Amino acid sequence: MTPTDGLQMFLFLAVVLAAAVPLGWWCHRLLDGTWRIPGETWLFRLAGIDPAVGYSGGHYAVAVLCLNGVGIAVVMTLLLLQGVLPGNPQGLPGTSWHLAFNTAVSFATNTNWQSYGGESTLSYLSQALGLTVQNFLSAATGIAVMAAVARGFARSTTTDLGNPWVDITRVTLGLLVPLAAVFALVLVWQGVPQTWGPSVTAQPLASGEQVIAVGPAASQIAIKQLGTNGGGFFNVNSAHPFENPTPLTNFLQCLALIAIPAGLALTWGRLVADRRHGRAVLLVMTLLLVTALGSAWWSETRPVAGLAGLNAEPVNLEGKEVRFGIGPSVTWLVATTAASNGSVNAMHASMQPVTTLVGMALMQVGEVVFGGVGSGVYGLVLYLLVTVFVAGLMVGRSPELLGKRIEAREMKWTAVALLGPSAAILLGTWLACAVGSTSIANPGASGFSEVLYALSSAAGNNGSAFAGLNANTPFWNVLLGVAMLIGRYSVLVPVLILAGSLAAKPRRAADAGTMPAHGPLFILLVAAVIVLVGALTFLPALVLGPVLAALGSPS
Amino acid sequence: MPALLRPCLVLMVVLTLITGVLYPLVVTVAAQTAFPHQAAGSLVVEEGRVLGSTLIGQPSDGPGWFWHRPSACGWDARASSGANLAPVTPPQIQAWHDRATVLRATGLTGTLPVDLVTASGSGLDPHLSPAAALAQVPRIAAHRHLNPQQVRTLVEGMVQGPDLGVLGAPRVEVLALNRALRTLGSGAP
Amino acid sequence: MKPVSVDVARVLRDSLRRLAPQAHLRNPVMAITWLGAAFTSLLWLTALAGHGSESPAFVGQISVWLWFTVWFAGLAEAMAEGRGRAHAEHLRGAKQALSARRVSEARVDAPVTAVEATALVPGDLVVVRAGEVIPADGEAVSGIASVDESAVTGESAPVIRASGGDRSAVTGGTRVLSDHLIIRITAAPGDGFIDRMIALVEGAKRQKTPNEIALTILLAAMTLVLLLAVVTLGPYAAFVGERTGTSGTIGLATLVALLVCLIPTTIGGLLPAIGIAGIDRLHRANVITRSGRAVEAAGDVGVLLLDKTGTITLGNRQASAFLPAPGVTEEDLARAAQIASLADETPEGRSIVVLAKERFNLRSEAPAGAVVVPFTALSRMSGLDGAGLCLRKGATAAVAAWVVDQGGTMPAAVTAAAEGAARGGATPLVVTDGPRVLGVVVLKDIVKGGIRERFADLRRMGITTVMITGDNAQTAAAIAAEAGVDDFRAQVTPEDKLRLIREYQAGGRLVAMAGDGTNDAPALAQADVAVAMHAGTQAAKEAGNLVDLDSNPTKLIEIVRIGKQLLMTRGALTTFSLTNDIAKYFVIIPAALAGVAPALGGFNPLGLGSPQSAILAAVIVNALLIPLLIPLALRGVAWRPASASQVLGRNLLIYGLGGLLAPFPLIWAVDRLVVLAHLA
Repeated sequence: MTPTDGLQMFLFLAVVLAAAVPLGWWCHRLLDGTWRIPGETWLFRLAGIDPAVGYSGGHYAVAVLCLNGVGIAVVMTLLLLQGVLPGNPQGLPGTSWHLAFNTAVSFATNTNWQSYGGESTLSYLSQALGLTVQNFLSAATGIAVMAAVARGFARSTTTDLGNPWVDITRVTLGLLVPLAAVFALVLVWQGVPQTWGPSVTAQPLASGEQVIAVGPAASQIAIKQLGTNGGGFFNVNSAHPFENPTPLTNFLQCLALIAIPAGLALTWGRLVADRRHGRAVLLVMTLLLVTALGSAWWSETRPVAGLAGLNAEPVNLEGKEVRFGIGPSVTWLVATTAASNGSVNAMHASMQPVTTLVGMALMQVGEVVFGGVGSGVYGLVLYLLVTVFVAGLMVGRSPELLGKRIEAREMKWTAVALLGPSAAILLGTWLACAVGSTSIANPGASGFSEVLYALSSAAGNNGSAFAGLNANTPFWNVLLGVAMLIGRYSVLVPVLILAGSLAAKPRRAADAGTMPAHGPLFILLVAAVIVLVGALTFLPALVLGPVLAALGSPS
Repeated sequence: MPALLRPCLVLMVVLTLITGVLYPLVVTVAAQTAFPHQAAGSLVVEEGRVLGSTLIGQPSDGPGWFWHRPSACGWDARASSGANLAPVTPPQIQAWHDRATVLRATGLTGTLPVDLVTASGSGLDPHLSPAAALAQVPRIAAHRHLNPQQVRTLVEGMVQGPDLGVLGAPRVEVLALNRALRTLGSGAP
Repeated sequence: MKPVSVDVARVLRDSLRRLAPQAHLRNPVMAITWLGAAFTSLLWLTALAGHGSESPAFVGQISVWLWFTVWFAGLAEAMAEGRGRAHAEHLRGAKQALSARRVSEARVDAPVTAVEATALVPGDLVVVRAGEVIPADGEAVSGIASVDESAVTGESAPVIRASGGDRSAVTGGTRVLSDHLIIRITAAPGDGFIDRMIALVEGAKRQKTPNEIALTILLAAMTLVLLLAVVTLGPYAAFVGERTGTSGTIGLATLVALLVCLIPTTIGGLLPAIGIAGIDRLHRANVITRSGRAVEAAGDVGVLLLDKTGTITLGNRQASAFLPAPGVTEEDLARAAQIASLADETPEGRSIVVLAKERFNLRSEAPAGAVVVPFTALSRMSGLDGAGLCLRKGATAAVAAWVVDQGGTMPAAVTAAAEGAARGGATPLVVTDGPRVLGVVVLKDIVKGGIRERFADLRRMGITTVMITGDNAQTAAAIAAEAGVDDFRAQVTPEDKLRLIREYQAGGRLVAMAGDGTNDAPALAQADVAVAMHAGTQAAKEAGNLVDLDSNPTKLIEIVRIGKQLLMTRGALTTFSLTNDIAKYFVIIPAALAGVAPALGGFNPLGLGSPQSAILAAVIVNALLIPLLIPLALRGVAWRPASASQVLGRNLLIYGLGGLLAPFPLIWAVDRLVVLAHLA
């Protein structure tokens, strides 16, 4: 579109990769215990935690489920009771049970699907004490689980995957809170509100009256980007000029949503004591991201027939903001669907069909192209296992990854973790077509895309949407809530069991006969496996949605 | 299980206090100290009257004002929204058609600036592309009995380039434009 | 290659028997295919009755080809089994040839019954005379004899075995060189090996290996994912059809056809055959395994522990030079050495005769009336007395002592020559005629031809070769350098072997070794891949997980190759099977959705006849790929020693890219035929 599109995309990728290096180092220092949080000893004593006690895979999973379960309960309670709680200057009522369920699950699972408009539904207290807290904890959970999985590879003949409480505390207080605090102030400087006062009533120049919702937005937005959460303070998320006021904030937010996942790929490499492998993982993700970005940009810059017919510029600015333009909007779409963030700076439903296909595909492969903080890497590990299994056989070795043998037990849990989200998407879409079609806004094949996108987003724990879908109904709230639970825990629990199983094995030395877990061939192969598995599973559905919508467009 | 419950509950409480209370409060205090204007919503206040926010698009219909982009939420700054229709669907194409018809009726000829035909994502887009602002100059000048060149110069003077020279697109803030328009002279709208 | 006749009728019978559903219970891919075939058969019946949107001819053909798919898979397994069984039977025949002479009592003149070695049971008495092989482990109960145990111990010099005392244990496969022994058998030879072999290749009793189970899980997961994708496609299509106003749907037979084409039927159908064929290849190399697991482990080996003798060097040392004492010509030395060795039937002795003949064309005959002085464990010398000669040859120390005894002295030059030879890794034998020392015969370990290249191959595959020997470090270093092994350990005791294996295993390597002696048993039990020599002791065979009937330790390298090839074949066909799907989607999706979305129906870059012919062609190609690939499954993918990255790159190119592209021309061609034959 504008000549700077290419430059902006290049700049974005360069800064992401540059930021990954210090962030990867930082996370590693926290996770390997080099850095401690001031006062943590006191906190652990208060909580009855012995930081030296390592948890087994299953035990780690139970701890995480426990923390997330309590989180869901707290958020549900806050939402149901917000009408009688303080911090509610607009006097908003409590939400319905199904919205409370959906929202609580959504934020605890790092999905941040929102069936509601933030400014019109939630009190400041709900946003800060409920959602912001879960933004931190769900992100820390993902990173902690990734560390546990890494320890499964790095350690030999042990059951010790580390201490979840220690991991979560250190990541929250040592990484997320400081980054978010600084980022929030940068956002305020650029224009994001941070006030506990009520909405402002303005008298516009032309005529009438305009009530402007404000609130403590910056503090929530900072962590929603950094923690790959994505749940906006305002309904249209980072398309809202308060949430994302300038191209600079846009660039920084887009960077923030993907930088930690990128850094964690390198942290992963450090944790498994194979930094070449960490770089290879980052390059697999980058390769797929660049491919997606190229495809989406190509698609989005195709002339729009419907506009050309009116002698308007045939550029698809529908649902996009003038201050961003095409390039940054497409970059954000790709980054947010790749990184399981789910925030948007333009309306995905209004994008060209093939552009949305790119986004859906990134979510459907399980949010492993950068993916959610931590969950992206541990999700990618599943594909690594499949890759080395098949490729390892092809080199004439029993398959192994990072020196750990991949046997029937590992394959079983890999299968469960890969199947869970896919089943949730495919079966959920089927159910939604049959029962929930009245909520669909778009006609024709685009309407099917809307449903497929919603389920892909929920099961991928992404949270972005074709926002026309009226998801605030009992059916949709429950369906998507269940999809989010399956998407999160049918992966999280199996990978922890898998890590436990790997930790119990000795680590084998690599030699020239071992398939290397780095290098161009490995990178291409992993990328190909991700594309192949994704295509085999979702191609028929994608053909009926975005592909058909694109083909059927009037020309 | 009880062994898990204590760490779980204690951490939940402590981390909630830190991330849900302390963190927003510290950010609020810092923000309101350092950037009070932005923290309050970048409001434009004239003689005690809040005209709006520099960041929020507002209803600006009437032939004498620069119009904002079409809004799918009717400029309701409590319910931001886009149209959320695919660009290949008949209702979306119809909406573009209707807006084009209105624009053509104002005497706009040639290629229509696309931001005047398409709704923004937020429904509150405070900006116009330079082309979209300039396209409105003849109508406004005629209505306000101004020299079109004068209005055009005003617009051109208010164009913001990309941030840091590369980020985003060139744009004009409509509220600022309309406020400046008042100083140009004569006719009220 | 041994001639093998496969029972074709039985193969066909077996393959047809596998059309029964219970034959596929353990194989989820084929189970789904079977269900698909059965379901389309029912659909055909309902179509005949006028129900459904698809024509009976179309549904019927789909159904027939799905049954063919099931049958082809059964055929592949039956063929592999048939070949495996034939080889096993063949081996049984070969082994029966080894016979023994059973006696009723421990007297050398007791009546003898010739029996097959396999028929011996513990407690039997057998007599073994000079030149014969001891048929099984046992205990000498009568007689004294020198026995060549080099195949077992690696020690070239013959050992004395006699009844009574601690030298009474004899080892199966060793050869009596002189005299005779009467042996009480203590372990039944080759206990049930052949039966075990047949069990390994026959489906019913065949246990899946861990790796096969893991792959089956992966294939089952893929099948389930694709099942979900196809099952939901029907309702999706109906939903979109309704919303876009075409009201089209996808026929059930089409959905089943799509499903069977997508699930990995190629690898699913060939998986059992690949496993059986791998074991069969091992059998054809004359190696017997207790389980398929050992074959897979062979592919993973990182360290090969190789005994010097018999593996790296020829089993026995050979004379390589004559180093005469001052004042003696080389020819005189050679002649004396030849005469002294005429009666020496050990390989070393014969090699001296041969070398003298080669170098100086000497064909000495034993002087009339000469008396052979045999090698004894006590004297450590052998020789010949008579006709004015008093020749002795033996180890330096032993000969020196004897020469002094005879009133002579050991010349310093001879001692120096002997030491020099020892430093070079050879064994010096001093030859003397009475007190007059004639010189030194150098016996050298001869490194096997081509072994250096094989070690280089192994190195490329990431396998470390370690030579172990009882020799001193000097000798060992010389031979290690000549053979090109990566490392060596000298003066190794059996306990050292065990410790060495544990060391490598602690470093995360899988260790393979070959062994035969009883004292190898602990090391064999510890090694991940342990090849026992069939000629070795029963204890070794019990401890090993593979037994080499040829008792050739070099076979270890072959076994690694077979293991790798087995895994590679599985991986290659899995990759092929999965990448195939892209082409099948390409063809079937537009055809299947033609009624739902006419815009998609127009997508036909291959120019296929019609949606029906396209789907039928895809199903036929999918079915035919199984028989087309049976030869590959049975033979294994081509193998050459290279690093993992090279092998991967090559196999990806062939089976990945090949799998991606191959179906297109095949489907196109079959579609042409289908159209020409008016089948759709």
